[in-house]
Amino acid sequence: MHQNGVAIVCVGQSGGGWAHYVGQEKLRPQAGWAPLAFALDWGRPPRQQNSTSAFYAHTDQWRYETINVADIVSPTAPEGAWDGSLIDYNVRAERMGWLPSAPQLQDNPLGVARAAQAAGMEAKDYVAQKLKSGELRMSCEDPDNPKNWPRNMFVWRSNLLGSSGKGHEYFLKHLLGTSHGVMGKDLGQEGGAKPTEVTWRDEAPQGKLDLLVTLDFRMSTTCVYSDIVLPTATWYEKNDLNTSDMHPFIHPLTSAVDPVWGAKSDWDIYKSIAKAFSRVAPEVLGVEKDVVLTPIMHDSPGEIAQALDVREWKKGEVEPIPGKTMPNVAVVERDYPNTYQRFTALGPLMEKVGNGIKGIAWQTAHEVEHLKALNGVVEDGPTKGLARIESDIDAAEVLLMLAPETNGEVAVKAWGALSKTTGRAHAHLALPKEDEKIRFRDVVAQPRKIISAPTWSGLESEKVCYNAGYTNVHELIPWRTLSGRQQLYQDHRWMLAFGEALCVYRPPVDLRTTRPLLGAKPNGEKEIVLNFITPHQKWGIHSTYTDNLMMLTLSRGGPIVWLSEVDAAKAGIVDNDWVEAFNVNGALVARAVVSQRMKEGTLFMYHAQEKIVNVPGSEMTGNRGGIHNSVTRAVLKPTHMIGGYAQQAWGFNYYGTIGTNRDEFVVVRKLAKVDWLERPHADAARGDVS
Amino acid sequence: MRVRAQIAMVLNLDKCIGCHTCSVTCKNVWTSREGMEYAWFNNVETKPGIGYPKDWENQTRWNGGWVRKRNGKIQPKIGSKWRILANIFANPDLPEIDDYYEPFTFDYEHLQKAPELEAFPTARPRSLITGQRMEKIEWGPNWEEILGGEFAKRSADYNFEGVQKEIYGQFENTFMMYLPRLCEHCLNPACVAACPSGAIYKREEDGIVLIDQDKCRGWRMCVSACPYKKVYFNWSSGKSEKCIFCYPRIEAGEPTVCSETCVGRIRYLGVMLYDADRIEQAASVDDERRLYDAQMGVFLDPDDERVIAQARRDGVPESWLEAARRSPVWKMAMEWKVAFPLHPEYRTLPMVWYVPPLSPIQSAAEAGKMGVDGAMPDVRSLRIPLRYLANLLTAGDEEPVARGLERMLAMRAYMRAKTVDGVVDHAIAKRVGLSAQQIEAMYHVMAIANYEDRFVIPTAHRETSEDAYALRGACGFSFGDGCSPDGDTGNLFAGGKLKRKNPMEVA
Repeated sequence: MHQNGVAIVCVGQSGGGWAHYVGQEKLRPQAGWAPLAFALDWGRPPRQQNSTSAFYAHTDQWRYETINVADIVSPTAPEGAWDGSLIDYNVRAERMGWLPSAPQLQDNPLGVARAAQAAGMEAKDYVAQKLKSGELRMSCEDPDNPKNWPRNMFVWRSNLLGSSGKGHEYFLKHLLGTSHGVMGKDLGQEGGAKPTEVTWRDEAPQGKLDLLVTLDFRMSTTCVYSDIVLPTATWYEKNDLNTSDMHPFIHPLTSAVDPVWGAKSDWDIYKSIAKAFSRVAPEVLGVEKDVVLTPIMHDSPGEIAQALDVREWKKGEVEPIPGKTMPNVAVVERDYPNTYQRFTALGPLMEKVGNGIKGIAWQTAHEVEHLKALNGVVEDGPTKGLARIESDIDAAEVLLMLAPETNGEVAVKAWGALSKTTGRAHAHLALPKEDEKIRFRDVVAQPRKIISAPTWSGLESEKVCYNAGYTNVHELIPWRTLSGRQQLYQDHRWMLAFGEALCVYRPPVDLRTTRPLLGAKPNGEKEIVLNFITPHQKWGIHSTYTDNLMMLTLSRGGPIVWLSEVDAAKAGIVDNDWVEAFNVNGALVARAVVSQRMKEGTLFMYHAQEKIVNVPGSEMTGNRGGIHNSVTRAVLKPTHMIGGYAQQAWGFNYYGTIGTNRDEFVVVRKLAKVDWLERPHADAARGDVS
Repeated sequence: MRVRAQIAMVLNLDKCIGCHTCSVTCKNVWTSREGMEYAWFNNVETKPGIGYPKDWENQTRWNGGWVRKRNGKIQPKIGSKWRILANIFANPDLPEIDDYYEPFTFDYEHLQKAPELEAFPTARPRSLITGQRMEKIEWGPNWEEILGGEFAKRSADYNFEGVQKEIYGQFENTFMMYLPRLCEHCLNPACVAACPSGAIYKREEDGIVLIDQDKCRGWRMCVSACPYKKVYFNWSSGKSEKCIFCYPRIEAGEPTVCSETCVGRIRYLGVMLYDADRIEQAASVDDERRLYDAQMGVFLDPDDERVIAQARRDGVPESWLEAARRSPVWKMAMEWKVAFPLHPEYRTLPMVWYVPPLSPIQSAAEAGKMGVDGAMPDVRSLRIPLRYLANLLTAGDEEPVARGLERMLAMRAYMRAKTVDGVVDHAIAKRVGLSAQQIEAMYHVMAIANYEDRFVIPTAHRETSEDAYALRGACGFSFGDGCSPDGDTGNLFAGGKLKRKNPMEVA
């Protein structure tokens, strides 16, 4: 699509060009939000992780990989060993600093910092040296080692286990260690080619997590699975901000009533956790040095560090140099006993180092002064004299004060910072609004249009509509590509290897998930195989409100799958029949909607229908029929892992691996018997189905 | 001539996205109560389909609306007065709960309180009527949404009448539209005529049809008589209820909740003046296909001096006459003739009208299945779904629907020429019998659809029915419905109940 746009020269022109994907959830005041979200006022850099890669590794989906790299590698691939398993590519990407890792090193990073100090070395040199010698190991090379398991997980208003987590049953089996519906065999049992970069353990761990905590305002599937549920306030019980790509305003949420029962605002929940943590921390933790590895970030100088070739230090092809041929290594000071004090005050780094985004930086001392006047200052203790962030509104003010989109003075500074790299004057784009400062109570009173900032490539102008790439074309700002131009051809070795140096159509990949189960456990009903697609639905926003009685009444009162009249006739399925859809990943049970609008060969399950409402048991697994992601598994594409190649560099919430699960197929058949599985646990004679 | 005024509604189906916001906000405000769980004063159906309640359009089955007798007089299809009375204890024309759907809830609490079970807990359905477990939900108020269910079942849709429909069940020939429905607040309401208790009435000042809850005895003849099946029996109170056109809002000059919250901005509210003396005659015309024309003949031109003079004599307030002249409903129904009544053949002279959707036509045009006349698809070359729409809106007369669709297509072609090519093409307007100025007005009202252009609602003239000075501040410190005349739930300061005073007569 983008190539077409470039070809007809309409990118960056009003009315043409690149449309914005709604799911991007445009975080307009991002430069103001990031310091607050990642505590950049107290310590930099933050630890971040791309969830797709992390869950692929830690839910052991990689152990069941059905795609051979040979299936997707291009016949015109450059010379090289394009072998191994898909996780090998992710591990290589992590080692070369392309993708982030969690955990990062197999050893405790506080211990690594101490060891480096004891050795009289800078942490980055120490880590590079020890990685090369093999004395230190990156965790990604051995995800099933108990040392590398994730142990605690906090889910903040996400529905990881009822909606977004692709490969749901693998989460249940390996991360949670609970009853599950995984029916496939792993590479060990199958005798398939095992990964070359990852330690294979014949015994797959089950139940890696020790603690699962979820914040939500409804009993989602994730909440049901959690050890602790922290009930959070709903939209009209707290003060918060929303932004969207659908309109140029910051949207406030204000507390019309106090939270019901024991619910608290998200801000207050995290504050309480910080307070309790600070109280117990001194038992084990004081002021510590923490070694933090970060990938070579998008919009950082390192983003062109590996633009010319792919060479691995692990294989002796190049020296390990932090930030260049491997991840960056930094030391961050943590003051654990004062976590609460730091949480509720704006730290000194905003004044000392300043702020920035998209590769540009500016000073923020003036904004910090304003915040001290607005929010007041801490009167005593380790954060004395710093601006307070006590309430949710205080937090919103920090964000609004620091973001160029909501503070004209910052916008002018930000455009000025960009001018240093382009050599052209851009401040005129914000000068008319230089004196505008949007406060929380301003947006409560009435909508305020945000201010044009270099964070975005379009303008918030009275003359033209927002249009991506507009400032690149009209302000002559170089494109964020390796060449600085609109770039269609990408000569990265991995792009060449997988045949995507130029944008191409990729035919579906055979995921081999249905054949082992066809006819394996007959129930007397006819089995058919259909392509499984999970589009967005109209009866909820992802899983939120999908369990609402009104939405369920206006739909069909519980999970449904859609299939064509032709396929239904083949399988003897009539509208509203209970059906089961399954493959090696797991099984789901829902009622069928038979419709002429469905194309033959396809099964729709509108995504984010959970198993908390009206879902009987599966005849295949003997377990509760699953969610839409019970029959999927994340499939990672190596081309999404590339880093150090300018536009191909990892960015938080911008660029990285995705689930790529549109080629999934399922076996569909009528349920012979409806079993609600409501017998007490002790009476259940159900074993592990795998 | 007896001039009356009504707030009428038009729904532009061409812009309905089927989001059900109208249904949800209506339900939240009016029918989230015991006894009314199954009732949706407003619902949205996917067509083709049999709808809610099932098969409601099939009057052979339900006997709703009116029939014209051999002597040229009309009577409710369920029968004459004596027949209604004869069936009062065993009404044969009553839908049962399964014709609507059995309302349900779920054991949500089970998710918090389930003991350790053999499997992850799930909240199962329970009937909101009996409180008993429901093993399987078999139907709902929106069961056929986005063409859910086999074509063989959905195509029992009455609007396929006279159509070789089989081919439209195929994937390649799929067409679909949404139909939001509410009480039609008819000029000739069959529910009013059928009520043995005289509990239903049509308000003279704004045309809203209401059921007096004090007078209703729950005979449910209105449920049968209403061909749109928009009267519901409240099993808890034992009385019938229906859409009240949000009259407390309308009286204050505010749009109905369904209109106010419509995301697609498809709903319009405006004053229509009508001649109450012409209603019976219009509803009694011989040929069903002439009912649409006949109803238009009942409407009065708000710019006609004779109408204005008579309206003043009949007590229509000046502000209502002004609103009638600015009425978007008048413009769409009468001036541009792009809006049509829903099933005029029921002879109820409905007052919620519909602009037909272009989408079925457009998709056929894009598939190359219809001719093109100049820049515009030739709607007449495609008999279906034209006939389907005509069955829905004009008792099967395709000509008016075709003309309406052509005018909407012309509006698109005209505006495209104007904004893209910078050309004002008078020929496009002329071809569909409109002026360029009219097309621009159409565009303003139908495409831009600003709030103030969609809703032109004069406030009720309360000064003619109550003494505002005496009422002022009277509700300040009361609880519950302490403000209503029957309310006796207490005043914070234990004052006596307010005495209603009649206003002074103004000659």
